[in-house]
Amino acid sequence: MSERIKQIDILGVIMWLFRAAIIVAMLWGTIATLMDNPYSAKAWTDTIVAGIAQGSLYALIAIGYTLVYGVLFMINFAHGEFFMSGIMTATIFIATPMSESGYLDANPVQGLIIITLVTMLVSIGVAILTERVAYKPLRGAPRLVPLITAIGASFFWQYYFRGLYGSEVKSFPLINDIAGKMTIFGIEILKSQALVIVVAIVMLIGLNLFVIKTKVGKSIRAAAENKDVARLMGIDVDKAITITFTMGAAMAGIAGVLYALVFRQVHYFMGFFPGIKAFTAAVLGGIGSIPGAALGGLLLGVFESVGPTLFLEGLGVPSPHQLKDVIAFTMLVLVLIFRPQGILGERLAEEKA
Amino acid sequence: MNKPITIKDIISKGLIAGIVVLSLNVIGFITLLGERELITGWFSLGHVFLVATPMAVAYFTTNNMDYKSKAKPIGVGFAIGAVSAIPSIILVFLETNTDLRQFLANVSPVLTEFLTFGQGVIVGSFMLLLLFAIMSALASFVGLLDRKIRHPLVTGIAWVLVIATFSEVLLIRIRDVFGRGVAKFIFEGETLNPIVALIIFLVVAGITTGWDQKGDGIKATFAGFSPQKKKQLSKGKSLALMVIILFLPLFLGSYLTEVTNNVGIYILMGLGLNIVVGFAGLLDLGYVAFFAIGAYMMGVLTSEGALGLHVGFTFWTALPVAVLAAVLFGIVLGIPVLGMRGDYLAIVTLGFGEIIRVLAVSDVFKNTLGGAQGILQIPKPEIFGIRLVQPGQLYYVVLAGILLAVFIATRLRDSRLGRQWMAMREDEDVAEAMGMNLVGTKLMAFATGAAFSGLAGAIFASKLTSIFPHSFNLIISINVLSLIIVGGVGSIPGVFVGALILVGLPELLREFAEFRMLIYGVLLIVMMLYKPEGFLPDERRRREASEDEELSLAEN
Repeated sequence: MSERIKQIDILGVIMWLFRAAIIVAMLWGTIATLMDNPYSAKAWTDTIVAGIAQGSLYALIAIGYTLVYGVLFMINFAHGEFFMSGIMTATIFIATPMSESGYLDANPVQGLIIITLVTMLVSIGVAILTERVAYKPLRGAPRLVPLITAIGASFFWQYYFRGLYGSEVKSFPLINDIAGKMTIFGIEILKSQALVIVVAIVMLIGLNLFVIKTKVGKSIRAAAENKDVARLMGIDVDKAITITFTMGAAMAGIAGVLYALVFRQVHYFMGFFPGIKAFTAAVLGGIGSIPGAALGGLLLGVFESVGPTLFLEGLGVPSPHQLKDVIAFTMLVLVLIFRPQGILGERLAEEKA
Repeated sequence: MNKPITIKDIISKGLIAGIVVLSLNVIGFITLLGERELITGWFSLGHVFLVATPMAVAYFTTNNMDYKSKAKPIGVGFAIGAVSAIPSIILVFLETNTDLRQFLANVSPVLTEFLTFGQGVIVGSFMLLLLFAIMSALASFVGLLDRKIRHPLVTGIAWVLVIATFSEVLLIRIRDVFGRGVAKFIFEGETLNPIVALIIFLVVAGITTGWDQKGDGIKATFAGFSPQKKKQLSKGKSLALMVIILFLPLFLGSYLTEVTNNVGIYILMGLGLNIVVGFAGLLDLGYVAFFAIGAYMMGVLTSEGALGLHVGFTFWTALPVAVLAAVLFGIVLGIPVLGMRGDYLAIVTLGFGEIIRVLAVSDVFKNTLGGAQGILQIPKPEIFGIRLVQPGQLYYVVLAGILLAVFIATRLRDSRLGRQWMAMREDEDVAEAMGMNLVGTKLMAFATGAAFSGLAGAIFASKLTSIFPHSFNLIISINVLSLIIVGGVGSIPGVFVGALILVGLPELLREFAEFRMLIYGVLLIVMMLYKPEGFLPDERRRREASEDEELSLAEN
């Protein structure tokens, strides 16, 4: 018995040392960077704005993870591929021909709406197909089983779309109306980034209202709470699950269009890392919660954008921007160690996991 | 009673098959495999994959339908095949009339020519329709045959296809062993001679027929042996197996031995991950991190290039250090994730794997790990002053590693620790309640798994003589995970089977390389849906699975 307590204590001490070390390193880096202060205030605001735009994308993708995890308690590893499939298809079949014919520059609003609709439709199609074939037959199976099929589905779609459209990077056409910069509240911001932030806010609020206010949203929440009871109350749980996937994929589709507008290129592997980072964002904010996904996405985006310079440059790390991904994954690990339920999460991750 | 098959069934099943075929066409799978001709002047691997889907659908649809005359199931098969050709025919028409290639990278005139057999669109489409329909009808027909005829027929065809598929590799071996004359008779160029194919078919079919008739008798004779004799027999079997394994490079020749060595590296990693995932039930997606650490340690310690430490390490002295470093990292990375379970663990370990890779690529450790340029000039292992350069020599290093790993894994599985792992896999809370020390048990699993992976990495570095960070990406972790799932999670022989199927086959079929991950993805899904216990399941799992079946039967 005493030996046991000792072991836990040692572990606890190690964990505390670990936390302390990380915090000290972060503070040290921050102070050193600020003392040195190699960047102007404008450079910092630019980085933060870029971080917010990036974070809005993560938030939109994270919605899909959070909704599906809330209902099915599975990490839908293939969600990044829902994001990729829609915008790749729309770029190749719609955006590029539209741009070549001049339609897109003449009618940017209609053009973008058509592109977004097609993107969403393809993303939703891929999502529903994946759910039908790879997840639905495994309801009630041990929890790692659907995770493994999800990994399988992820790689399947990646290489399927690679086979369809080729392995090279495709460029998304430039739309003149959203090229260049604009000034809001004295801050210069890329028009495309502003669009991303606005659309993300509108979509997130809309989705949250949908889930809270409508009957369909209620059925999803009921299915998330307790599937058996929901079924007894006459809720079609399978339908609720399909709707969950549909909404997640629709958001991923919109995120895809916004991604293409900002980065202006698409390729078959583009969904993988944003997918994993969006999952990180969902965990960060508290998985199962829509505001949590929004907050987590935003935080992750900003940290990832500002973090390398702020924390690492002061520590004398050469070319810290290469370590963007390291910051993101370290954040994931830290959140899961320190606050597994996430910032806004209610449930304990361990309890559910 | 089976439900009767309606027209609607035929159309929907035919269309599903047709869409699968269409997908295979548009992603370029069929045209790529079409380059591998199987039997001279007859057909290619692409044709086999083209007709495989409708044939399978027709077979399974008509397999247990009720019929009065045999014409009905054959007719259904014919109809399904015909329907399934329609999407591809539409594709052919679209391709010839529009420029689809600007959208779809692999829809080209080459595909059209392949699908229409070079006969023009109209005639070719009819031929395609007829081919699909006839082949599907044949599949249905085969399903109707008595087992006595069906079994030899199918086995014979399967053998011919397998031999023809691997003709390229076989050709080299046969030429080296039996001389050019024999090789030229069997293979025309790199494809199987039709007459030889027929001979192979007849021989295999004949043997199968004989076995079907006499096999039970032979089995009964063996079963009737006295226990002593049985023991002798099994001893003889394992002795023969050992001799074969010991002299394998002599049979295989240098190219195949090289492939075997690569498979061996994956077997080593698989044995390690099998402990983590299979025994202890901890899904680790960042397993490649330990492989990378083993490889980099070996590289830094022994390299003769600018990045080496030059402190007198040889392969053999660096090996334990590399393994130890991997173990250390296994524990260090294990501590933060102790409290996490299931899918959270999977994502965090994936993150760790990526962190290690990104750090290796970045400029942070450029002076020690070489950044994106990697570490060069790592010497190959040396034994008694002989440098092991040939694949046939390195084979024994890999083999020694595998034997050691198998020994350790088997002993651990049957030990107290192994039983603790399995208890933890089944239910962590119950295991803890029974007084198990979860912390130590988990860390032991991570450490042991990391040790095997580090060993594999060290051998890998020395075998390749250079390492680059991009060889340590996530795909390796997924490969290893796939191979233990295909072989059977928790099963040690399963690792061998999985590695042979997932690593060995794609190396022999270069065409598959591009679609390797796609096939892995499909395999992961299909295995989880239909055969979650794997091809060679662990004894304990098999018992559990059958128990579950009994339970569910009892419930019904």
